[in-house]
Amino acid sequence: MPDGAMPVLDVRDLKTVFRTRGGEVHAVNDVSFSLKAGELLGVVGESGSGKSVTMMSLLGLLPSPPADVRHGTVTFEGQDLLHVSPETLRSVRGGKIGFVFQDPMTSLNPVYPVGFQIMEPLRKHMGLNKREATVRAQELLELVGIPDAKRRLDDYPHQFSGGMRQRVMIAIALACDPKVLIADEPTTALDVTIQAQILELMKELRDKLGMAVIWITHDLGVIAGIADRVMVMYAGQVVEHAPVHELFSHPQHPYTRALLKTIPTITGKRAARLTIIEGQPPIMTSPPNACPFRDRCDVAFDRCARENPPRYDLGDGHDAACFYDARTGGPRDA
Amino acid sequence: MLTYTIRRLLLSIPTLIFIAFVIFMLLELAPGDPMAQMPLTIPPEVKERMRAALGLDQPWWVRFPLWLNQFFIVEPQYWIDSTFGTSFAEGKQRLISFQSRSPVFDTIGQRLPQTLWVVGMSYVVGVLIALPIGIISAYKQYSVFDQAGTFVSMIGFSVPPFFSGVLLIVIFSVQLGWLPSIYDTTLVVNSWDTFMTQLRQMIMPVMVLALQTTAQVSRYMRASMLDNLSQDYVRTARAKGMSESVVVLKHVLRNSMIPVVTVIALGIPSIFGGAIITEQIFKVNGLGQLLILALQGNDIPMVMTITFLLAVLIVMMNLIADILYGILDPRIRYD
Repeated sequence: MPDGAMPVLDVRDLKTVFRTRGGEVHAVNDVSFSLKAGELLGVVGESGSGKSVTMMSLLGLLPSPPADVRHGTVTFEGQDLLHVSPETLRSVRGGKIGFVFQDPMTSLNPVYPVGFQIMEPLRKHMGLNKREATVRAQELLELVGIPDAKRRLDDYPHQFSGGMRQRVMIAIALACDPKVLIADEPTTALDVTIQAQILELMKELRDKLGMAVIWITHDLGVIAGIADRVMVMYAGQVVEHAPVHELFSHPQHPYTRALLKTIPTITGKRAARLTIIEGQPPIMTSPPNACPFRDRCDVAFDRCARENPPRYDLGDGHDAACFYDARTGGPRDA
Repeated sequence: MLTYTIRRLLLSIPTLIFIAFVIFMLLELAPGDPMAQMPLTIPPEVKERMRAALGLDQPWWVRFPLWLNQFFIVEPQYWIDSTFGTSFAEGKQRLISFQSRSPVFDTIGQRLPQTLWVVGMSYVVGVLIALPIGIISAYKQYSVFDQAGTFVSMIGFSVPPFFSGVLLIVIFSVQLGWLPSIYDTTLVVNSWDTFMTQLRQMIMPVMVLALQTTAQVSRYMRASMLDNLSQDYVRTARAKGMSESVVVLKHVLRNSMIPVVTVIALGIPSIFGGAIITEQIFKVNGLGQLLILALQGNDIPMVMTITFLLAVLIVMMNLIADILYGILDPRIRYD
């Protein structure tokens, strides 16, 4: 991938809080990352680690209330998306940034034909007339590999299978040639063969269209096969961030190492049981003032309870938010 | 869809005949005598002859088929005759009211326009007010508007028309003197002034009935909108960059209307029932009032016919609701 190029999307210190009846929940805590053109960034973490909320905060897709994007900047094409007019934000959504959601079964409107749903952004963002939009919608369906695309434009979502619906969702997200595609667990609801097809399709489209992709998942296997860089999230924070080979070969954060251990293997000696990470991720009712992973960590020491570790730069685009230095096997100097 | 409609229409025939039988037997079993209001000086043997003249000396298994024959064959024939100048119904006995001795359908024909004006208008007004209230209440949930809408709906649900009607009369007719308390059926609308008079005399009955409709429909609309606003496809529509008006009025509304259409269609017969009381209060001589008078006078053919027509309305509205359901929701296909 092109290295050192200008980032298309740059997120700094993003913080999102949910105001609930039981108090505030700090879902995203000072998340920063950037994305270069043509790059595929994987985002991994357990359920509730703030992956989806981070991405939806970027485009203002969270219902407010209860969500409140407290601070941060999201720079896209020289504008801060958190402080633009609703009209500008709408022109970015679906136009320059496409979004694919997790559940294809419920993400399409059941009462409109899929053709109509694909044509909506085309007519709004690209100003196509009905005939041009129909032609383009058919192209898009062919692009994502739906056979007999022309006839299927008039079909309703319930006439498609789950995998086909996810392809339709991808077609909608790709409709206006976006610069960035955010895919929020696009293959989680699908069975493994369809998942593989969608992964291949995404890689192909990324190469063909040259767009940057953010791929959210909790499946490390998927990440290994598709991503250029990986960002590991825990309790609404980025705990480790590295190029994909570096992350899998030299994981630095104890959480990443624990995650990698949980991958079952089919070669070698059969383990008696699947490995798990003991404990539950914390619910962040206050801003973090200690390492959120310390209760489940096997190398935690007293400093972890006093301070929240910053992201230490380890060189070569690798950083980890941990006071323990896995390379030296001892505490890191502040 | 067409074959489905035809099948449903055919199936509704036995349903309706059964309903007619139940109504007939209920009236048969009910206490009361059409001769009860005759003067006591009439000798018993004369009364017997009068009873026989009305056909009441026959058992029910004779009278019920006769009623069916008159309702389904003679009356349509008579209607065809009067429209096309044919003579199918010549010499055949029409359905005759015991009280007025005039054909039942002629009386109904005279009374129907008043009821349709008041009831139909109130339903249209009620639904037209209810839909925006429901939509805005759901979109701005727990806002001042939503709270006010909830309050008004609670009033509409809990205050019966015989109370709200009298209340309106006391305020607007007795105290303020703005509106007439009696509906003048003889008024002929042929100028701006008579139109305004008609409008003024319609306001109160329409408002009383519309309040109930608004209360019900706006609640259903709100609940249905809330169900749909939190759906994933709404987020998809927003992620596509659609404006809020497109998201709400195109994506959410179409889905939300599916259950509401059923409520609206099935509410039409019940509003005719509610009109019976409202018509009494405002002295509208419509179908409701006709039914009450017929009940009081043991006018069996009249009661039977009006009740059965309401049953037909209910069955038809059920069918229409199902068809509209299929049109709005592509997942439901009947064929």
